[in-house]
Amino acid sequence: MGTIYILWLRQLKRYVRSKSRIIGSLGQPLLFLLAMGYGLGPTFAKAGEGNYFQFLAPGIIAMSVLFTAVFSGIEIIWDRQFGFLKETLVAPVPRLHIMIGRTLGGATVATIQGVIVFFIAMIAGFRPASFMALPAVLLVIFLIALLFTAMGTAIASRMSDMHGFQLVMNFLVMPIFFLSGALFPLSGLPKNVLMVTKIDPLSYGVDALRGLLIGGAHYHLSISLIILSSITVFFLILGSVLFSKLEV
Amino acid sequence: MINVKNISKKFGDFTAVDDISFDVAKGEIFAFLGPNGAGKSTTIKMLTALTNPNSGSIIINGHDTVADSDAVRHSFGIVFQDPSLDDELTAWENMECHGVLYGMPKALRRSRLEELLKFVELWDRKDDLVKKFSGGMKRRLEIARGLMHHPKIFFLDEPTLGLDPQTRNHIWEYIKQLSDKEDITIFFTTHYMEEAEKIADQIAVIDHGQIIAQGTTATLLKQTKTDNLEDAFLSLTGKGIRDEDASSTDNMRSNRRMYARR
Repeated sequence: MGTIYILWLRQLKRYVRSKSRIIGSLGQPLLFLLAMGYGLGPTFAKAGEGNYFQFLAPGIIAMSVLFTAVFSGIEIIWDRQFGFLKETLVAPVPRLHIMIGRTLGGATVATIQGVIVFFIAMIAGFRPASFMALPAVLLVIFLIALLFTAMGTAIASRMSDMHGFQLVMNFLVMPIFFLSGALFPLSGLPKNVLMVTKIDPLSYGVDALRGLLIGGAHYHLSISLIILSSITVFFLILGSVLFSKLEV
Repeated sequence: MINVKNISKKFGDFTAVDDISFDVAKGEIFAFLGPNGAGKSTTIKMLTALTNPNSGSIIINGHDTVADSDAVRHSFGIVFQDPSLDDELTAWENMECHGVLYGMPKALRRSRLEELLKFVELWDRKDDLVKKFSGGMKRRLEIARGLMHHPKIFFLDEPTLGLDPQTRNHIWEYIKQLSDKEDITIFFTTHYMEEAEKIADQIAVIDHGQIIAQGTTATLLKQTKTDNLEDAFLSLTGKGIRDEDASSTDNMRSNRRMYARR
């Protein structure tokens, strides 16, 4: 228990202390919100789909959670050669606890990031349909965070240096984001694209967030939650297995 | 305290450590010397249960490194060749984290922490972030951290690499004091032969994965008919320069400069 707690706390302290990282990682969602939200708004309205800014905000919250979470997981690579990972690996603690502590820490950081983006969206004009749903929103954000931190951990356990990072960003994280329905509605998509969105785990996260915040979900909330939880469990197990095999 | 019997480690076709055996007695200061790529780091990884040997056995403080790795991990402290502190945490937090990882109760953690930070003269800097520390200060902090949980054996992998002579002297001073005061067994590697000559009770020289000489400095000098350890070392291992392939660590180091202060 002590191990998990102290490693969780460490991730949090590192996050709070890196002001430039917090501000830097808020730039991108802000840009998406303003440029796309206001830029595509009129076209969206003309197509009879309603207020694009309202529609987009949950997607952008999910995006910032996705990026922060994957990056938190991938950070193991830095730790692996420069630091701290060796210190934890020689300690008399189970690898599983180290993995859980780190992953929970990363997921917490990504959740906080998502909440900050939520408030930024509020300032920019986003209005959730009801505030009653906010605890559930927080839960979904945390699930998304946990899923992708575990995924990042699994990937990082198989990578020896940062060279593969661009590859992961461009061929995994970006497609996950763009094909999740964060930017466009799932209804009325061409069949092939719809198929892809169905295997994209973030789709269910975005859809659940959108359903809770502004209504009009594509999938039933319980289906989204079940799928998200199952994939999260899968990546947690995969991450643990790969992490336990990691050699420094 | 350390009993190594016929251990080997292979990476594919390459044999990094080839059937070596040695013993380190309790309270001894043991120097493990060898050129780059000789198998030192691989041996330390096996001794510290970070990786398992392909054959042979290692007993640390009475426990087998493969069968009983948790007991082994409790028995030793280590200062790695590469820095392993968390730069974004304070000195105090790094120590505290170590204490928690090793399951130390809070009261003991606090008293030991203070004792050790005072020992390495960093107590008044305890609340500073480690990234503000010089190389020598980081090393001292790593030494203090490695000792937190009262280890019986202390591994130091090139503890003085890249430090100025003043700091190096200082660090060996600490290590000698420790050996006297806490009756701790010390196992270290270094490329500075005069350091090994000055401080080690026993020396083993490893090359191409095999131990090619072992004994006190006097034995080695006699065996090689030289009058200092550096000459003895060169006569044992030859004068050719060892070229090691850049490890991923080296690659990371150059990247780190690019991404520094992210």
